[in-house]
Amino acid sequence: MASIKLEGLRKTYPGNVQAVKGIDLDVADGEFVVLVGPSGCGKSTLLRMVAGLESVGEGTLHIGDRVVNDLEPAQRDIAMVFQNYALYPHMTVFDNLAYGLKNRGHQRDEIERRVQEAAKMLEIEELLPRKPRQLSGGQRQRVAMGRALVREPAAFLFDEPLSNLDAKLRVQMRVEIKQLQRRLQTTSLYVTHDQLEAMTLGDRLVVLNGGRIEQVGTPMEIYLRPASLFVATFIGSPAMNLFPVDYLRERGSGLLDDLPEGTDIVGIRPDDLHIQAPDKRHLIVESTLELFEAAGAESHLYVRLEGNDQPTVIRTAGQPPVTEGETLRFHVTREALHPFNRESGRRMGV
Amino acid sequence: MVEHRPVGNLLTHVLLMLGVAMVLLPVYVAIIASTQGPGELMRGGLPLLPGGHALENYRLMWQSGLSSSSAPAAGKMLWNSLIMALAITVGKLAISLLSAFAIVYFRFRFRLFFFWLIFITLMLPVEVRIIPTFRVVADLGMLNSFAGLSIPLIASATATFLFRQFFMTVPEEMLEAARVDGAGPMKFFRDILLPLSITNIAALFVIMFIYGWNQYLWPLLITTDPEYYTIVMGIQTMINSEGYVPWHLVMAAVVMATLPPVLVVLFMQRLFVKGLTETEK
Repeated sequence: MASIKLEGLRKTYPGNVQAVKGIDLDVADGEFVVLVGPSGCGKSTLLRMVAGLESVGEGTLHIGDRVVNDLEPAQRDIAMVFQNYALYPHMTVFDNLAYGLKNRGHQRDEIERRVQEAAKMLEIEELLPRKPRQLSGGQRQRVAMGRALVREPAAFLFDEPLSNLDAKLRVQMRVEIKQLQRRLQTTSLYVTHDQLEAMTLGDRLVVLNGGRIEQVGTPMEIYLRPASLFVATFIGSPAMNLFPVDYLRERGSGLLDDLPEGTDIVGIRPDDLHIQAPDKRHLIVESTLELFEAAGAESHLYVRLEGNDQPTVIRTAGQPPVTEGETLRFHVTREALHPFNRESGRRMGV
Repeated sequence: MVEHRPVGNLLTHVLLMLGVAMVLLPVYVAIIASTQGPGELMRGGLPLLPGGHALENYRLMWQSGLSSSSAPAAGKMLWNSLIMALAITVGKLAISLLSAFAIVYFRFRFRLFFFWLIFITLMLPVEVRIIPTFRVVADLGMLNSFAGLSIPLIASATATFLFRQFFMTVPEEMLEAARVDGAGPMKFFRDILLPLSITNIAALFVIMFIYGWNQYLWPLLITTDPEYYTIVMGIQTMINSEGYVPWHLVMAAVVMATLPPVLVVLFMQRLFVKGLTETEK
């Protein structure tokens, strides 16, 4: 068990490509932190720097109370789960799990005990004598987890471990990873580009963009108060709608008067656009329904705003009685508005 | 195309059989000839049925060789050939595995330069560099020795290149997982890379063994002592001996010389196919 501390981490590749541009982050002991961002945001590079697979360009990296900048991956007391699992194809599952322990010079009975224990925890005991190619995708994923688990490391590092699984398995493994981490209380860093995975897994999220941290916070903090336009549109699905303030002012008069200074763009989540008028003060926007998407428990209405033709998404529960092509009114309350400044990209009035 | 045309089918099969027959006929003739008694081959016309002297011909060649030539017993020469071929094969595999490992997994100065240096030696077969190589071996005092027979033939650009290509297809994560698991470079090489290369090693073993076994010009050049004659060149000296050539005995030596490569192919092919079907990245 250990905390992880990143201080001013930078990574510049030859050709002056900056992958990571100064990251400060504290991961508490036992915490599950998810690094999330679009591809190329530097999240994987950052994780690989923590793992020791990528050299630390600048800055200091602490794991526990040690500075580990110059230590080999094996000396950092971490375990990593790779995206393609990277199981050793010629070894049985047992040997795959045992390999790291053997290299560390553990006794044979100790290895046996730990492998059995990890296998039991992941319910892969009957797979132990098999080779990786005899396993399904989900089973390989479990073995990859087992290989990390068996080492009882100070920290787990996950590099998009679920992205090679089909949707159903992904949800199932997501739950299992979360439960496992709760039980073991091992510090974990988890990289993903899937915002839903990030939201559901993390104690805290770190949203990265272009090699920098956009926002750090609990999933709900980030969902409810995104600190920047980037976070606002990246987290949440369907993505947050953005409206020019002037457009709304024409429709809601006094409701927008108390928006913070500098606000010129307003974000509204698709679920905060109501077809039914709420009791509170609200503004009304007219639009044309272009496409109706029924997803079962919820529906997505794709509309174009009257006046500026901007495409907008509304999310409602159930299936409202609407037909494509009709004119649709929706209602927005003051609380639903997220004020941003377009130029700086930041949230206003924090 | 999936078509069923009986005539076409028949025609292709006849053609294939003719091809096989053409390849096998000389082998058959050699085997038949090696079973004839002395002089029977000189009567003109090739016998197509085995004669009754197989055992004595083979025993004679194995134990004492041809008295009319300078070559020693075939048993001795086969042994020499085996040592040379194995030394060349094992040496080639060891060196090319290690150099491919270095080229693919280590970053050092002039890495690409060294790779190309190895690569261009592909264009220089033994025969091209035989005079300078002979000079070097002679100056080092390695004439008439197994070292002289095998060492100059050990460096192999082909194998290095093939292993390099294979290593580059091994996913990067395999190395990273091994590093996280606490394996150093040589441990990674031994525990992960080598087992993954088994198929390639088996394939190259076959090729290299036959290459080594069939060496003719090089042993001919550097061995003057019959102690070190190899079977392939030994046969040549039998034929070159003046006067009467006992073809039935020469053919017995030829058949014996053919056996080891055939055995290697047969044996390794099984391992080879097994490897092909069982390993997977």
